[in-house]
Amino acid sequence: MTSLLLDGLSVTIDGAAVVEDLALAVEARQVVGLIGPNGSGKTTALRCVYRALRPTGGAVRIDGKDLSHMPLRDSARVIAALTQEGRADLDFTVEEVVALGRAPHVRGNQALSARERELCRRAMARMEVLHLASRGVLSLSGGERQRVLVARALVQEPQVLVLDEPTNHLDLHHQIRLLSMLKGSGLTVLVTLHDLNLAASACDRLAVLSHGRLVAYGPPADVVTEELLREVFGVEASVVTHPLTGVPQVLYDLGSATTMEGNVA
Amino acid sequence: MRSLPEPGSLDSDVASLPAVPGAEAPPSATASATPLIVASLAGVLAVSVLLAIGLGAATVPPGETLRYLWAAVTGGSISADDVTAYQIIWQVRTPRVLLAVLVGAGLSVVGVAIQAMVRNALADPFVLGVSSGASAGAVLVGVTGALTALGIYAVSAGAFLGALLVSALVYLASRGAGGLMPLRLVLTGVAMAFGFQAVMSLIVYFVPDGESTSTVLFWSMGGFGAATWGALPVVTVVTAVTVVVLRRFARSLDVLALGDETSVSLGVDTLRLRRGLFVLTSLATGAMVAVSGAIGFVGLVIPHLVRLWVGAAHGRVLAIAPLVGAVFMVWADLVARTLVAPRELPLGVITALVGVPVFVVLLRRRGYLFGGR
Repeated sequence: MTSLLLDGLSVTIDGAAVVEDLALAVEARQVVGLIGPNGSGKTTALRCVYRALRPTGGAVRIDGKDLSHMPLRDSARVIAALTQEGRADLDFTVEEVVALGRAPHVRGNQALSARERELCRRAMARMEVLHLASRGVLSLSGGERQRVLVARALVQEPQVLVLDEPTNHLDLHHQIRLLSMLKGSGLTVLVTLHDLNLAASACDRLAVLSHGRLVAYGPPADVVTEELLREVFGVEASVVTHPLTGVPQVLYDLGSATTMEGNVA
Repeated sequence: MRSLPEPGSLDSDVASLPAVPGAEAPPSATASATPLIVASLAGVLAVSVLLAIGLGAATVPPGETLRYLWAAVTGGSISADDVTAYQIIWQVRTPRVLLAVLVGAGLSVVGVAIQAMVRNALADPFVLGVSSGASAGAVLVGVTGALTALGIYAVSAGAFLGALLVSALVYLASRGAGGLMPLRLVLTGVAMAFGFQAVMSLIVYFVPDGESTSTVLFWSMGGFGAATWGALPVVTVVTAVTVVVLRRFARSLDVLALGDETSVSLGVDTLRLRRGLFVLTSLATGAMVAVSGAIGFVGLVIPHLVRLWVGAAHGRVLAIAPLVGAVFMVWADLVARTLVAPRELPLGVITALVGVPVFVVLLRRRGYLFGGR
């Protein structure tokens, strides 16, 4: 199985360090959650992994190999991504969008094989969008579209799955289904999440970014602490242990937000 | 301890899925119907060409038209009485109608490609300023008498060079760290169009002879009145290459429409693809403008019409759009030269007058979405 390594990753955009010397290992079949406040560099780090951005320092390695030395098509067969680009320009049908997940595997305009069409069907069923197969993607709701895009990523048959805010637009049922699917997928997963409770439930390890730097890393129980919430997220909250699953859960109210130092625009 | 539902591994979970009734349905009906649509359209195009060659100020019945064409192609003989009709059919109308076919097909596929490249529904082959550059080039050649070595092709060559000059300027101005940026391409193109229109107006202002004014009019409205056999080979090659190359990249164009970030994650190098599209569409548009002027509307609307009809997938759109564009152009040209014969209406007027209402009605009738509601 495939492991993912962010090896001293740095990204400087217009002179500002957005990600600084980020070292993070995602072991094979692990789900690692990347959390942190807005602008902490989560998305930038992910963009380097799915190759929308070339790191200015360090490297992203797949089983030790530097991604920047791999052809795009080759890395696309190993790494699939759910980006924050929700909208397509054109009104493809759901099944057409899902089928595009095979693009890195097929040559040119070659038609999909029976196995690949079955793969698409199963991915759609898995994400509960099979009934939408012939609908146009532009007429879907945000949550439906998000599930279609996850199905497309699954059809890519990746070993590593990178997801940027996958629970955006999803209702609670689908948030839980998606994250439990990720956990049970056997894929190496790097995912950014805003909901710390879901992150603590779904991830094997959590990595916390603040101002482009890794400030905490470990199992959720070690990472999600009242101190971290205060210092990194600017929230005075209580952390309790989930009575059934044993993972840390954050309780907060509207008085929880504090003013964050160094985060004043 | 209760835990979240365990879906199991990807494979086992997938294998345990029940068969969903109706999910075995083959790819949508339109996909399998594409060859049929293409064949029917090819038939319609053939008939249209034959009729259009026969119709005009002097009407020749289709049977006679076929006989003349057969004689011309096989080198057969015709009676002396038929020479005038033969001349009209073979020397005037045939190249004209064939040029309409080629330019109609070419502008339509270039429109599809440009809309994908700049990710904008309003884009057409002239959005990057090519037509104003071509007009300015043509007028400049006409006024200064440059390129005389090229004889009757001098003005076309000037138009082509003007088109390429604008494309090169737009390319250089829109290049950034992230490659050619879609919105910047459109904005630069629009700005360039204004700039070159100003240059053209300036020329006409200082050299106010009738010829330069009519040159400007011809290049900005377009038409096939100047069609000759000599112009056909170049345009044939350009259109054929454009259609073939774009069709080869159909799936990449689909991927591009999902967004640049997603494209990269699917292994499509958007920088290279966009650069390639830019070069191909600029050359093709330049070549077409050089022989027929800037015939508006076709390259904007035919892509949308075809998507309304068969969906957005470029494999289908790029197979059908050239045929629809060709048929439309042949009939538009026929109307332009017969409606108020012997006078000829500018072709751009016809394409707009016929196309706009049809387009608006279709847009309203079907839930057509391009990037938004």
